[in-house]
Amino acid sequence: MSSPDRAETAAAGVVPAVSPTDGLAPPMGSRLGDGLARALQRLLVAAFFVYIVAFLLLPSAEVLVGAFRGEHGLTLRYVRELLTQRYATAFANSVELSLVTALIGGVCGLAIAYLAVSPRSPHWLRTAVTSFSGVAANFAGVPLAFAFVSTLGTMGLLTLWLQRMGFDLYATGFSLFSFSGLAVTYLYFQIPLMVIIISPAVQALRREWREAARNLGATPWQYWRYVGLPILMPSTLAAMVLLFGNAFAAYATPYALTSGNIALVPIEIGNVLSGNVMSSPQLGKALALGMIAVMALAMGAYALLQRRISRWQR
Amino acid sequence: MSALRRLLPGWRVWVLGLAGLYFMVPLLATGGFSLWAGGDRYDFSAYETLLQSSDFWDSLGLSVRLALLTILISLALLVPTVYWVQLRAQRLRPLMEFLAVLPFVVPPIALVEGLASVYTGPQWLVGTPDFLVVAYVILALPYTYRALDVGMRSLDIRTLSEAAQSLGANWPTLMLRAILPNLIGTLVGATLLTLAIVMGEFTFANVLLFNTFAVYINYVGQTSGTEAAALSLLSFVMTWLAMAGILITGRRGQVQLGGAR
Repeated sequence: MSSPDRAETAAAGVVPAVSPTDGLAPPMGSRLGDGLARALQRLLVAAFFVYIVAFLLLPSAEVLVGAFRGEHGLTLRYVRELLTQRYATAFANSVELSLVTALIGGVCGLAIAYLAVSPRSPHWLRTAVTSFSGVAANFAGVPLAFAFVSTLGTMGLLTLWLQRMGFDLYATGFSLFSFSGLAVTYLYFQIPLMVIIISPAVQALRREWREAARNLGATPWQYWRYVGLPILMPSTLAAMVLLFGNAFAAYATPYALTSGNIALVPIEIGNVLSGNVMSSPQLGKALALGMIAVMALAMGAYALLQRRISRWQR
Repeated sequence: MSALRRLLPGWRVWVLGLAGLYFMVPLLATGGFSLWAGGDRYDFSAYETLLQSSDFWDSLGLSVRLALLTILISLALLVPTVYWVQLRAQRLRPLMEFLAVLPFVVPPIALVEGLASVYTGPQWLVGTPDFLVVAYVILALPYTYRALDVGMRSLDIRTLSEAAQSLGANWPTLMLRAILPNLIGTLVGATLLTLAIVMGEFTFANVLLFNTFAVYINYVGQTSGTEAAALSLLSFVMTWLAMAGILITGRRGQVQLGGAR
């Protein structure tokens, strides 16, 4: 039963999913149960907000304030330390890796989504691509890292197979445990994520727009240049911003792949936290602060783009 | 023009074929690698070793237990809250939306930094793996909230509640017999997604030094490649099962995504 029907039957005075006799059964000891249940509900609602304050807002505030707290009052020392070689490199690496994988992942994901979910493609293909994307976008972290070690590591099956074909992958300068390897691995969850996010926008491209353009004499190129792409552009940008944030926050995948040897912001925070480097806890907070700032910018940009998009999706 | 159009189907097949290759090869290689037993021998020894290892069962058991606790607490806190916002406090909706996005803005590694410095005690909480649940509920919040919000909105909670109450249903009856049965699909979806997220979660557990399933996979990976491959494949199958469950119980085409990067 779809929801509108349900609303109508309910409006007509028939309670769905509960047979009328059940609903009218004399409430046994209802007063007390009723009151208790209401009290419990109020308690849980209150508990939810307390929980959020205690375990989300308070720790976040601690990071934001702690980054400026020195031994003798407020200080900019730790935030300034972000500008030193080591941590500036970490930010540069993180941003670059996130940009590259967001861009490539975005373009590939858009192409796949267009080919798979546009009205002309067969239904089975659409189902197969969207459900596989759902799985692959969630297949990340440590297991993904080892899947790629099995494939493209120094002893990986694909590496060995290429070697037997006379092609030494690692001689080209590629390494799974370097920037390029991380990028290839990230794409395994970035592309499917793009497919999931952009599919609704691709499906919203109306067939009528294409037909109208053709009737007015537009070539396919002109249709894409003046109609298709301008409509898709905000959603594509917004989706890419999400991919950027998704890659920027990734910790498990690079940690498992490189054992924390490549300087990325999340990895550096982990190093400070686990005492792998000699540094103050405030530095960890300063790094986290920088990370939150980048993520806040990304989510802000996403929200702005989203507002433009709503114009085109009903 | 016609030449291009004749080319197009081929182009379509090429792009999708290449993408398919990129996505299938790591899975096949992982499968192959997990069966490798040195030299030219292939067998199930990696799987056998795993199944006999008590660390495997311990870490798996721990992650499952943490996932169940997370699901329980998430639903207990969120179902009443989303219901209440929907029915009586619509003006709080923007606040809820904001709170549900916050876990994205504050990534796990930044949140664990804050949590670790705010909560240094008591030992019975901070010193046990159960402390992870505290963070996992926050991690699952965006997905659980979205699922419940969409689910309840499509139900027309208000009409349903008024109808039930005008027929004499008291509060427990209303919740247990009118609201919850209609939310089963939503609840199962949120549950499976949370399960998938927690089973794969590495950041919190690794930093706080608890031996969950993902931490165990990483540990195994440092010593035995074939066993790590077997575990990765197992992990992929679990993700696949969870997503299949969501597809079957949820709205068609609504594939959700979690976060354990």
